[in-house]
Amino acid sequence: MTQELITTLVKITLWLVVLLTTVPVMVWVERRASAFIQDRRGPNRVGPLGLVQPLADALKFIFKEDITPTAADRPLYLLAPLLAVLPALTTFALIPFGPDVVIDGRTVPLIVADVETGVLLLLALASLGVYSLVMAGYSSNNKYSLFGGIRASSQMISYELALTLAVLAALIPVGSFRLDEVVLYQQGTWLGFLPRWNVFPQFIGFMVFLIAAFAETNRVPFDLPEADSELVAGYHTEYSSMKFALFFMGEYMSMATLSALAATLYFGGWHLPGVRFSDTWYWALAQGFGILLMKVALFLLFFVWVRWSFPRFRFDQLMRLGWKVLLPVGIFNLVLVAAMTLAGWL
Amino acid sequence: MPTVTATPPLLERYPEGSILPQEGLDQPAWVVRREILEDLARDLRDHPETRFDLLLDLCGVDFPERSERFEAVYHLFSVTRKERLRLKVPVSEAEPVLPSLVDVWKGANWFEREAFDLFGLRFEGHPNLRRILTHEGFQGHPLRKDYDPARRWVLTEDKVYRPRPQQPVEEEDEDLFERMTINIGPSHPAMHGTLRVVATLDGETIDASEVEIGYLHRCFEKMSETHTWQQVIPYTDRLNYCSSFINNVAYCRTVEQMLGIEAPPRAVWARTILSEFSRIMDHCVCNGSVLVDAGALTNFWYLFQPREEIYGLLEACSGARLTVAYGRIGGLAADLPPDFEDRCRRLLETIPPFLDDVDALVAHNRIFLDRSVGVAAISGEEAVNWGWTGPCLRASGVGYDVRKAYPYDLYDTVEWEMPVFQGGDVYDRYRVRMAEARQSLAIIRQLLDSGMPEGPVMVEDPHVALPSKEAAYTQMESMIYHFKLIMDGIQVPAGECYSMVEGANGELGFYIVSDGSGKPYRVKVRPPCFPIFSTFSRLIRGGTVSDAIVTLGGLNVIAGELDR
Repeated sequence: MTQELITTLVKITLWLVVLLTTVPVMVWVERRASAFIQDRRGPNRVGPLGLVQPLADALKFIFKEDITPTAADRPLYLLAPLLAVLPALTTFALIPFGPDVVIDGRTVPLIVADVETGVLLLLALASLGVYSLVMAGYSSNNKYSLFGGIRASSQMISYELALTLAVLAALIPVGSFRLDEVVLYQQGTWLGFLPRWNVFPQFIGFMVFLIAAFAETNRVPFDLPEADSELVAGYHTEYSSMKFALFFMGEYMSMATLSALAATLYFGGWHLPGVRFSDTWYWALAQGFGILLMKVALFLLFFVWVRWSFPRFRFDQLMRLGWKVLLPVGIFNLVLVAAMTLAGWL
Repeated sequence: MPTVTATPPLLERYPEGSILPQEGLDQPAWVVRREILEDLARDLRDHPETRFDLLLDLCGVDFPERSERFEAVYHLFSVTRKERLRLKVPVSEAEPVLPSLVDVWKGANWFEREAFDLFGLRFEGHPNLRRILTHEGFQGHPLRKDYDPARRWVLTEDKVYRPRPQQPVEEEDEDLFERMTINIGPSHPAMHGTLRVVATLDGETIDASEVEIGYLHRCFEKMSETHTWQQVIPYTDRLNYCSSFINNVAYCRTVEQMLGIEAPPRAVWARTILSEFSRIMDHCVCNGSVLVDAGALTNFWYLFQPREEIYGLLEACSGARLTVAYGRIGGLAADLPPDFEDRCRRLLETIPPFLDDVDALVAHNRIFLDRSVGVAAISGEEAVNWGWTGPCLRASGVGYDVRKAYPYDLYDTVEWEMPVFQGGDVYDRYRVRMAEARQSLAIIRQLLDSGMPEGPVMVEDPHVALPSKEAAYTQMESMIYHFKLIMDGIQVPAGECYSMVEGANGELGFYIVSDGSGKPYRVKVRPPCFPIFSTFSRLIRGGTVSDAIVTLGGLNVIAGELDR
């Protein structure tokens, strides 16, 4: 019992460290990558290549004046930024990050919460994120914030449907909600040379998932809840200092979580064909974790790349895309995958 | 310059003496009795031989010594027949009332409010005759000659007009839905400049809106009356500050026309090239902000890079980047830098890739097309009625460009096309500007190929041009000229003149009245974005907030020029 507790705590700590490091690293990557895309230099003064810039940013956030508008609904106003990081900090528990390892004769699965409901729990936790945006928008007592909050609620609820449908389809051939089994299912190859990843037979589902993931994380082209040119800063217009930083962190961490989910569902998770996992537990852990992080990093770069390349949707167009395109396509994909599974192709 | 026929077809319809035709320096003018103004305006608009479908400008002029103290001056233009006419309507101080022409030309709305604000002319039948440029609590009418510019008023917030745009709400609707009034601007990230729109929203849809301007009013026209002719030039920079050099040219050309002089060929050549570069800059800024407002931030940088490099050229010429003040009455402030041609040629190389990149990123991007095609569309006819000119009008299918219709400077020596698109929406305004920027490059290339004319960049008339420093220090005569020019200013013969150039956003006109002294008696700018922005409420009605924001970027409303 004590041993189990310790291993779980270690696993949690490991994830937390990684997730919390993701934020500053992503801030740096986003700023440098956007500068690269936009033909300018980006931060390059603080430390070599501007690498210490995130630290300076963090200090700045901490020392900024923390303002609460007089007419704000105080409890909700304070709760909202906390709720923004909560789902991001909990969902990682369900992502497997390596093969089962043997430590001192005890088999330890490399996943924090090894529960039967797996993905379901993850989706349930992730969907809590919308509360933060709605609360922030509602409690700030600012019309622009309210706008952002309302947009956020309808956008995220609409896109969650498509997202769930895509996830569901990915689970059908596996026959389990557990993400570690999804990873195990994807080991091996298709036709002898393609990795046996879900993305190949379920490309439609992957596209649906990807688009919905952009909408879920409020990134361009779906950044309507904050739409800086329209709504000033949307739901977090009235937030400053660390409260604002929490929203900021929440966004990057949910990007990381959704990227990890995408990697797990469609790209074989911690597994890579041709990689033989070591028998020593810490090497196996490093390998699994490294592979997963690499895939996540590629996704995050993709997020950044898209953000600086596309214009933003209009709200009605966004809803139309969600309900009239993604949802039917998601259902179609679900039926298709089910049929393929029944036919024994998957 | 083509003018109306000597015996205008409408004269005999009206009682004798109610219309007095005058010969103008620039265009024919009629002095009209105010009783017949409304009928005459309607006739002028509809009569097949006149067809004055565009009200370019409306302004007041104050002559305190006359029995009928004020004069309302209307500048009419026929887009179809390319003719111009000026109407001057005298009104007395005791009863400064005129009929409102809003029903004839919708564009008259804001112009009449401006004349009311600045001169106290009252327009009967105007739907919303309130102050427009000055504060609601302002007292008096600042452009009247007897208004003391040193007067100060305490303007408090309780005197602020609070817009409440209302659209009649159906009764059954009332209980179910609540309209939200949202205040966009004057400080809002998408209100480029200090513009303010108050909109009543039904969900995200704009039900009704009211536009407030005047936050950047700097009394340009009043200040011009207290400065010598040359001293006005730096103020013109601050009108459309995205293409300040074009303003210099427009003002200088007007005064030159009144003086009867012409800038030397080298100056004209440089003016044309720099005007075109300014136009490219302006179009880049405008399209850049459209794209930023649509969320495509990267294009902003791609479009600001050419602007940055053009600023380098302007800086080499004038020493300043934004407000160049490079034009002078009679030529240019200083000779061109020795590497002017090289710099221009380099720019011709560096600018096109940026334009191409942006086009590649957005011109066929589905999201941008969804956001812009059909958004805030306006027909050519309606746009003309609202007083539109320039790229926005050309996006609505009306091919009017001052450079083509009344070629000035060197525009008739080069070959270029006038891009015209039919959609009248945000997308076509974007496309017109991109196409025009490329045409401007073609113009510049041809001018460079034709070779830089040698010679001075300033006229040699000692009554206009300052003597060289050396001459002023060593020769008595030059010193006297220098003294007279500095202390009294250029002596411009009495008269009036309206002259225009194609500004980056449409016809940029200067209507100047001189009383023969060293200072302008009245300077009126015809800012192209003023009538365009007055259409804004009509354009955004029924659209969403996002549409309104994108529309505003595409209209290229520059607060400096709008509020003066």
